Amino acid sequence: MDADTKKVVYDPLVDNNPITLQILGICSALAVTTTLAASLLMCLALTAVVACSNASISMIRQHVPSSIRIIVQMTIIASLVIVVDQLLKAFAYDIAKTLSVFVGLIITNCIVLGRAEAFAMKNPPMISMLDGLGNGLGYSLVLIVVGATRELFGSGTLLGYTILPSVNDGGWYYTNGLMLLPPSAFFIIGLMIWGIRTWKSAQVEKPDYEIQQAHHSEVV
Amino acid sequence: MEAYISLFVKAIFIENLALSFFLGMCTFLAVSKQIGTAIGLGAAVILVQVITVPANNLLFQYLLNDGALAWMGLPEVDLSFLGLICYIGVIAAMVQILEMILDKYFPALYNALGVFLPLITVNCAILGGSLFMVERDYNFSESVVYGVGSGAGWALAITALAGIREKLKYSDVPDGLQGLGITFITAGLMSLGFMAFSGIQL
Repeated sequence: MDADTKKVVYDPLVDNNPITLQILGICSALAVTTTLAASLLMCLALTAVVACSNASISMIRQHVPSSIRIIVQMTIIASLVIVVDQLLKAFAYDIAKTLSVFVGLIITNCIVLGRAEAFAMKNPPMISMLDGLGNGLGYSLVLIVVGATRELFGSGTLLGYTILPSVNDGGWYYTNGLMLLPPSAFFIIGLMIWGIRTWKSAQVEKPDYEIQQAHHSEVV
Repeated sequence: MEAYISLFVKAIFIENLALSFFLGMCTFLAVSKQIGTAIGLGAAVILVQVITVPANNLLFQYLLNDGALAWMGLPEVDLSFLGLICYIGVIAAMVQILEMILDKYFPALYNALGVFLPLITVNCAILGGSLFMVERDYNFSESVVYGVGSGAGWALAITALAGIREKLKYSDVPDGLQGLGITFITAGLMSLGFMAFSGIQL
């Protein structure tokens, strides 16, 4: 793999992460992360869809008139999501039930359409597929961190195995119910963004208003 | 009648699409900097939701559901796996038609909604509303009520967030939290507030 290809795959992991920097695909990142298993399955589904859709859209990019390109992209993405949905219902029915409508909502996940528009329409299939893979992995990274945090502190388990024995089962850990409720996902991602931007200070957004520094004379 | 009022209140407050199901988050976070635009977008979402949820309900009941094609003499056909692609097709078509009608007959409203109307096609709150309608097996009149309620709930949430953000821009936020980070925390606190409705039984 040459340097450019590597950059396409690794860039979306932290430097240009779809969730924390591009603000894409947040809905499912918040909703399906109550357990690690559900998050992992969602990552797998999304990464597969975004890689395949990028590859197939890139293959036909020169034959699609630009006035109807959105509907063509939507049709491709929707067909891929139907395949994934049917596969999940066939082989992982229990988790597919907990994901509920969120597998279907991959269609409107902005990562998929965003990458198709921004990358796959302009680049050849192979590199587009890698771009899809990279963005899928960047999304997965955030989802896995959030899912692991919520499951560990919310119910003291990881993937169903007990890590922190909870008081109800005779252990010592008082489970934090807030972690299982929707608001905690907002807080965890908010704090994650804070962490990443403290580390990579180039990502910090400019404030709309600067607070004016008081001059010495005015203070006195 | 009471059942409908209960469903309506539930769709707005208890099962708020934005704050308890996280639907339409991308637009929710990106277009909530000013109250004016937030209200415009909220109105557009209500309008589209009121049309698409009942339309998809009819589509599901009479074409896609298991045994729905009995009126054509094909009682064994189950097309429900085609659901996703049909719903998104209906949504895209409805938004397009709505855009043309508004452009022709209500140019003032059309200009007010502006770029938000086409963007609604990829707003997951709309597709999510239709998918919840199918999952929970609403009948036609329930789907109308659910469409109005869920749209109104989303509009309420984005307007409230825009109000908070307008005040927030004057505050001194730590560098790393500037912009997106503090918006997430704000939305989390709002979502906590909405959790207070969750015990209400009607």
